[in-house]
Amino acid sequence: MSSLWRVADVVSADPETDSSRTIGLRVDGLNGNLAGQHIDIRLTADDGYTAVRSYSVATAGMDEILEITVDELANGEVSPYLVRDLMVGDRLEIRGPVGGWFVWRPTNPNPVQLIAGGSGIVPLMAMIRAHEASENPSQFRLLYSLKSPESGFYREELLTLSRESRRLVVDYVYTRKVPEGWPSAPKRLSAETLLANILPVHDSPDIFICGQTMFVETITEWLVQAGYPAASIKTERFGGTGGIR
Amino acid sequence: MGIISSGFHGKRRTGNPALPQGQYETESFPVLTAGPAPYIARADWEFFITTETGQRRAWSWDEFMALPQVDIRTDIHCVTSWSKLGTSWRGVSLDALFEDVETTSEFTTAHSYGGYTTNVPLQDLLDGQAWVAWEFDGEPLERAHGGPARLLVPHLYFWKSAKWVNGIELTPHDVPGFWESNGYHIYGDPWREERYS
Ligand SMILES: Cc1cc2nc3c(=O)[nH]c(=O)nc-3n(C[C@H](O)[C@H](O)[C@H](O)COP(=O)(O)OP(=O)(O)OC[C@H]3O[C@@H](n4cnc5c(N)ncnc54)[C@H](O)[C@@H]3O)c2cc1C
Repeated sequence: MSSLWRVADVVSADPETDSSRTIGLRVDGLNGNLAGQHIDIRLTADDGYTAVRSYSVATAGMDEILEITVDELANGEVSPYLVRDLMVGDRLEIRGPVGGWFVWRPTNPNPVQLIAGGSGIVPLMAMIRAHEASENPSQFRLLYSLKSPESGFYREELLTLSRESRRLVVDYVYTRKVPEGWPSAPKRLSAETLLANILPVHDSPDIFICGQTMFVETITEWLVQAGYPAASIKTERFGGTGGIR
Repeated sequence: MGIISSGFHGKRRTGNPALPQGQYETESFPVLTAGPAPYIARADWEFFITTETGQRRAWSWDEFMALPQVDIRTDIHCVTSWSKLGTSWRGVSLDALFEDVETTSEFTTAHSYGGYTTNVPLQDLLDGQAWVAWEFDGEPLERAHGGPARLLVPHLYFWKSAKWVNGIELTPHDVPGFWESNGYHIYGDPWREERYS
């Protein structure tokens, strides 16, 4: 049952960027997860003090392994431990995977627009991976808003996919630093840039938005004003107050 | 006791007895919504109660404002782990709204503009435990937080406090609402950590 705490073995821990890493967890009896779901992680100190945080699952397999990618928050309570201290061979407790709303199912025939701010890419990457692993022919498009090229998660994989996949288009927006040779200067994401880089209203895409609260709020507002039906927009907020990145 | 993570000490921000297990205190007011926030003008707003026999009562904004208004000071607890202590609200008690409603039903579904639903047992809405609130911290409730008015059921996780609330339907059975159908607990008591189903 998803409400019970279960033990997970840390089976891999690889840096994703300077401040984040991807952690593989093996959970006995886990029977896969839906793309977009999250788990809760509980850490316990040696005197019994506990802290719980949610992390989206980055993968959508059918087995006992799942991966998360954690971004370190300076002065955070849990994320610095997960990014810096946790080691392969350690164990921790998880609850989930949970969530049946912010999920993409391979039977969904609609085109899909994904919009990620920073670490908000994680559940959207699970959707991209599930889509690529499926026969589903629908069009996927990702708009990924980043501070700098170095802060992007899954860079190699997204690069390869955007070159080779006929079903996925990837667009980047850089808010503080652009890659060499990039045609424009870094800038805050605006409504114009957003609308120029996503599937148009008349394609009737399903839209998934994930990132810090402010990012999600603002983007959603722009989309509704541009005529995207509210019912087609699903959002996941990672908390925090981070602005439009 | 759970599995110990050596080297993990934590910040111990949860020593406060006002915080249920697994919650941390926040000063900000995070916005969590499944989709975009609907726009509802006060002039178009309505609040209804329907019973299991099909009786319907409804209040326009002006009629609602003519009901006794109360100030509420309370802690709120979101299932995503933040709690906000000592929040102040103004609104109408559900006791006032249910005063002339005849029912034998024990269950309700709150309905919102935008289609959101959440189930709350009737006894959790009565006896000074729940309100339809339209003011937060002395200001009209912001649209992002459910304005013009939201349900306020502070003793349950905050997803029960339906934003943009539009009415209460009395139901013969306990019918899971939106989050309750999507993996969350049917009741949602923060003090028992009833987060997920
Ligand atoms: C459904 C869901 C999925 C998530 N998935 C991911 C993921 O895939 N990768 C990832 O890196 N993070 C994810 N997060 C965020 C994650 O749960 C933690 O919030 C984050 O790692 C910070 O935790 P911390 O203990 O290090 O910081 P904390 O010590 O909790 O926070 C430090 C400060 O940052 C702010 N803050 C941080 N998180 C929150 C919050 N949730 N709500 C309000 N304020 C906050 C607060 O002001 C707080 O005082 C997700 C959150 C949710 C709700």
